[in-house]
Amino acid sequence: MELVLDFASWVLLLTGGAFVFIGGIGALRMPDFYTRMHAASLTDTLGTILVLLGIILQAGVSLAAVKLAAIMVFLLLTCPTAAYALANAARLARLAPERRVRDE
Amino acid sequence: MEFLGLYNYWVFAVLLMTGMYAVISRTNLIKKLIGMTIFQAAVFLLYISMDKVEGGTAPIIQADLPGQLYSNPLPQVLILTAIVVGIATLSLGLAIVVRISEAYGTIEEDEIREMDGE
Amino acid sequence: MVTLFGVFLLTLLVITAIGIVRAQHLFVAVMLTGIFSLQMAAVFFILDAADVALTEAAVGAGVATVLLLGALALTEDREKPAKRRAWIPIVVVSVTTLMVIYATFDQPRLGDAEAPVHQHVAPWYLEETPRLIDIPNVVTAILASFRGYDTLGELFVIFTAGIGVLFLLANPSERGTLTLSQSAEATGLRHHLVPRVVGRLIVPFILLFGLYVQFHGDYGPGGGFQAGALISAGFILYALVEGETMALRALSFRLLGGMIAGGALLFVAVGIAGIVLGGNFLDYSVLAADPVAGQHLGIMLVEVAVGITVTGVLLTIFHSFAAREQRS
Repeated sequence: MELVLDFASWVLLLTGGAFVFIGGIGALRMPDFYTRMHAASLTDTLGTILVLLGIILQAGVSLAAVKLAAIMVFLLLTCPTAAYALANAARLARLAPERRVRDE
Repeated sequence: MEFLGLYNYWVFAVLLMTGMYAVISRTNLIKKLIGMTIFQAAVFLLYISMDKVEGGTAPIIQADLPGQLYSNPLPQVLILTAIVVGIATLSLGLAIVVRISEAYGTIEEDEIREMDGE
Repeated sequence: MVTLFGVFLLTLLVITAIGIVRAQHLFVAVMLTGIFSLQMAAVFFILDAADVALTEAAVGAGVATVLLLGALALTEDREKPAKRRAWIPIVVVSVTTLMVIYATFDQPRLGDAEAPVHQHVAPWYLEETPRLIDIPNVVTAILASFRGYDTLGELFVIFTAGIGVLFLLANPSERGTLTLSQSAEATGLRHHLVPRVVGRLIVPFILLFGLYVQFHGDYGPGGGFQAGALISAGFILYALVEGETMALRALSFRLLGGMIAGGALLFVAVGIAGIVLGGNFLDYSVLAADPVAGQHLGIMLVEVAVGITVTGVLLTIFHSFAAREQRS
């Protein structure tokens, strides 16, 4: 049982780290503000939640696990809201999304 | 190994001088204030680097672990005070910059000097 | 492994600092300063300073960014490029860096338990705190009880900063009653449904967390300063989402002024109560029948006083910046 929990937590931590890394690459390589926001916010939220789940599995049943779960709920609420607020602010400042014509 | 033991202090030196460079070479008043913040943060780094004890943990005494080593709590107390004082001075500085901007119309130091006729 | 992470974070700190100095758009510089403060908080945590990390994250990455943005909104947000290359500052700075690095070779290495700084007073505090004060968090014990006089002085420094900002920025004729202009800041984020709903949802939890940190400062990282910063962050979020008018209706300038003065008065009153009951100024042992219980009571009252004043000052400073009409 210990081994299964350990293995599961390692898988979760590595996957979460991979998602955050992909988000970082996306934030650098995407051509436009809105696509960069999309890349950074989605992957960061998921990555953080996976990392926190991995740490909860490591912590076992304890007060620390409850606190980590509370942090997870808080992040689940606020990360997408922050992304929405940024994109909305850009829209209100009349930053137009880049349009590319696909050559046939 | 020498490198790892002293890396904190070298980073302190570089950050200190980066903050100082921003204060003395930039003419924008808000940039100067931000440089002062970096300077203060470097000094905090120096003090907190001095408090670490190898194998220690945060100085919160746990009664069920009698042989535990603890890191030095004294620099932490000093720096706690210093952080809050730092933000107090930053806010006062920003208030003065806002008033200067309203009086002179600019926050660039050389333009203010010209307007004052120096 | 942890040292590797520490080295990585420190390198990131240097890169961020250089980015801040080179950024010409001041908004970018302010955002990078927030990131710099957060990295600094992580470094503090790795160096076993949990209280300091919490304070730096709450005050440096939270409140300082808001204040800088408030000041930017009232002034310009672009820096003029330098007219000529600044040779003299670069030379001076490089020479001083090399001198400081040369000086650090005499420092005891990181983590050395035989360093002079760990010899004198620190072991005394670590041994005597369980006996004299009996609270687990040694940093709170030193801050509130052993070195309480310094904390009193620092409280008055914050108090002075609040008064100073009030002198400089608050307009007496408009204070308390905001003339409703057309600007979006006065009416809040009326068009933005999602931040409003989520903001309203999490403000009570932020305040609850602030209260938890305030009263749990004896048992874990926490205390008055961090709690003050957190509670004021909750009210700042409310002001950003609902607008200045509603926020000033919730906590008006008069009430904030009362909080600033009340906290400082409470601290001094605890000190004078020590004299009245037969001990010295700020001697908590005489406040209750048992000296240890007296210390607990004194520390709790003093931390509450610090929390109230820090909340009042940070909110006063924020509202002074936010309520100032943009004159152009």
